[in-house]
Amino acid sequence: MTPLLEVAGLRKSFALVGPKTWAARLRGERPAVRAVDGVSFAIAKGETLGLVGESGCGKSTVARCLLRVIEPTSGSIRFAGEEITALDGRQLRNTRRAMQMVYQDPTAALNPRLNARRTIEEPLRLHFKMTSAERRERLNEVVAEVDLGADLVERYPHELSDGQRQRVNIARAIAAHPSLVVLDEPTSALDVSLRSRIILLFETLQKRLGLSYLFISHDVATVKYLAHRVAVMYLGVIVEEADSASLFAAPHHPYTRALLSSVPAPDPDFRGERLMLHGEIPSPTNTYAGCRLQNRCPLAQAGCAEPVPWREVAPGHHVLCHLA
Amino acid sequence: MRNLLEVENLVVHFDTDGGLVEVLDDVNFTMRAGETLGLVGESGSGKSVSAIAVLGMIRRPGRILAGSIRFEGIDLLRLSEDEMRRYRGRRIAMIPQRYRTALNPVISAGRLISRLFEIHEGCSRAAASRRALELLDLVGVADPPRCMQQYPHQLSGGMCQRVMIAMALATSPRLLIADEPTTGLDVSIAARILELLRDLSKRTGTAILLITHDLGVVAQTCQRVAVMHAGQLVETAPVRELFRSPAHPYTRALVRSIPRIDVEVKLEPVPGTIPSLRHPPTGCRYRNRCPHAMEICQHDKPRQAAVGLDHEVSCFAFGEHCDAAA
Repeated sequence: MTPLLEVAGLRKSFALVGPKTWAARLRGERPAVRAVDGVSFAIAKGETLGLVGESGCGKSTVARCLLRVIEPTSGSIRFAGEEITALDGRQLRNTRRAMQMVYQDPTAALNPRLNARRTIEEPLRLHFKMTSAERRERLNEVVAEVDLGADLVERYPHELSDGQRQRVNIARAIAAHPSLVVLDEPTSALDVSLRSRIILLFETLQKRLGLSYLFISHDVATVKYLAHRVAVMYLGVIVEEADSASLFAAPHHPYTRALLSSVPAPDPDFRGERLMLHGEIPSPTNTYAGCRLQNRCPLAQAGCAEPVPWREVAPGHHVLCHLA
Repeated sequence: MRNLLEVENLVVHFDTDGGLVEVLDDVNFTMRAGETLGLVGESGSGKSVSAIAVLGMIRRPGRILAGSIRFEGIDLLRLSEDEMRRYRGRRIAMIPQRYRTALNPVISAGRLISRLFEIHEGCSRAAASRRALELLDLVGVADPPRCMQQYPHQLSGGMCQRVMIAMALATSPRLLIADEPTTGLDVSIAARILELLRDLSKRTGTAILLITHDLGVVAQTCQRVAVMHAGQLVETAPVRELFRSPAHPYTRALVRSIPRIDVEVKLEPVPGTIPSLRHPPTGCRYRNRCPHAMEICQHDKPRQAAVGLDHEVSCFAFGEHCDAAA
């Protein structure tokens, strides 16, 4: 079966302009931030792929490229068997109906001048020719689906709580029957008790509607809970990908191991592996011949300066590392 | 051993246009010298207000209606503003929550720290600068001389937080209040900041009041924990005891409501929502969310009662209240 979404060799670089770069540009160089530098993955129908990594690793840029909010520099994105990087006009709009997004900040993602009803009906107006009665009917269905409370639909964002706002965002995302929903840190801005409810809502919606999720987060514990498969990103590339159980039980890449060992476990007696990277994330303007982690990796060897192969270490478990 | 900090029966209200908000309701907790106490709870449970009260910075429309805050035996609430200044920033320091906005953007990191030595200890400018450099080294800044020259906008989030910690430590405080010190930082940076706090408290003997909603941070950093809900303190316990045998229904719900990296769990969100503090429920403020709520919870406030060594809980279903409830 072909996967719902197939991304191959996706790249996005942002050209650097401004006073600090003119010398380099005079020399004929083209300084750029390589935010996403060759990323490939696939998501099956009804599956959740977790994309984890720290700030600046390029995970949100991947999401934006998928939805063509920004144009990828190169690479291929196949959605439901169709190459979408070259689409425009009506075809692009049709594709976007089937791919929706939920953003990190539930307040910033809502138009303050539209009430919940108008916000949720917006995608219906855009994508379907519906009578107002049909729209109202779909609205009621969706509102029930996200457990918003029918009495809240006439309210404006400032009259809703954070949790209710995020439910409006989710309702808007699922209103036009998408098959893929990109979740960009949808729980990071929420309080602890709200977070677990929204996580459960995503779980229920997926079961009921057969949705596929690209779940982007730096919250490793939440990714572990929601994702079927997990891809770990560092400096614009995926360094490890595996099904969730295998990745958390036996992480191979030193970056993944360091990332997992930094998450404080809510158990005072838990003593996991301690693997600390030194230094900070280097600038994404650099180009790399070998491993991108070599300067920070406690296990680095001479061979790490050579180009790194994408190897399978267990069935379905791939790692970008010489040592793993 | 005498306690470093004793907060007793603290009641804080805020007068707002929308009416009176009863932010803290009879809060009691103590801290020993050198210990790290975690203060946990949902947003709006009164964690930060408790910390601000200890610093003597409750300002209008906030009012302290009752209670005492004894630090090294002296009731801070009875001190004049001038007297309080001898404590605030010097004996009791704080790392505020928003490290980006808390740093003055037009002063370099070095100057931000060295000023403190000039103000509090009367150092010369050169001596203060030398000590600032030492301090930046202590908090693990990679290149201290360079950091001295940099302004906050040139520093990463983790670096800003280290500068904040250096500023807080400049006066060798006995008590350091850290308000969500790792929120908004990447996990690997957060892990290093926590390690730094643990290490500093061990080396300098500074007690730390760590405000957080992250139970993982609590488990890995604190010796004791105080759990707050809607302005009431519901449970205090040594950290192991809190995770092994949480007593209050709220604590138990909180522990079960988080996705975990160490074990497989079934997520169970805390039922209901945090009550409005404008018209908080009478009696126990958790009763509308509590699966064990009884008749008595509506009328009476549960008192703190011991359920184990150093383990106190405010709930009618536990401790000495059991008989009364039966």
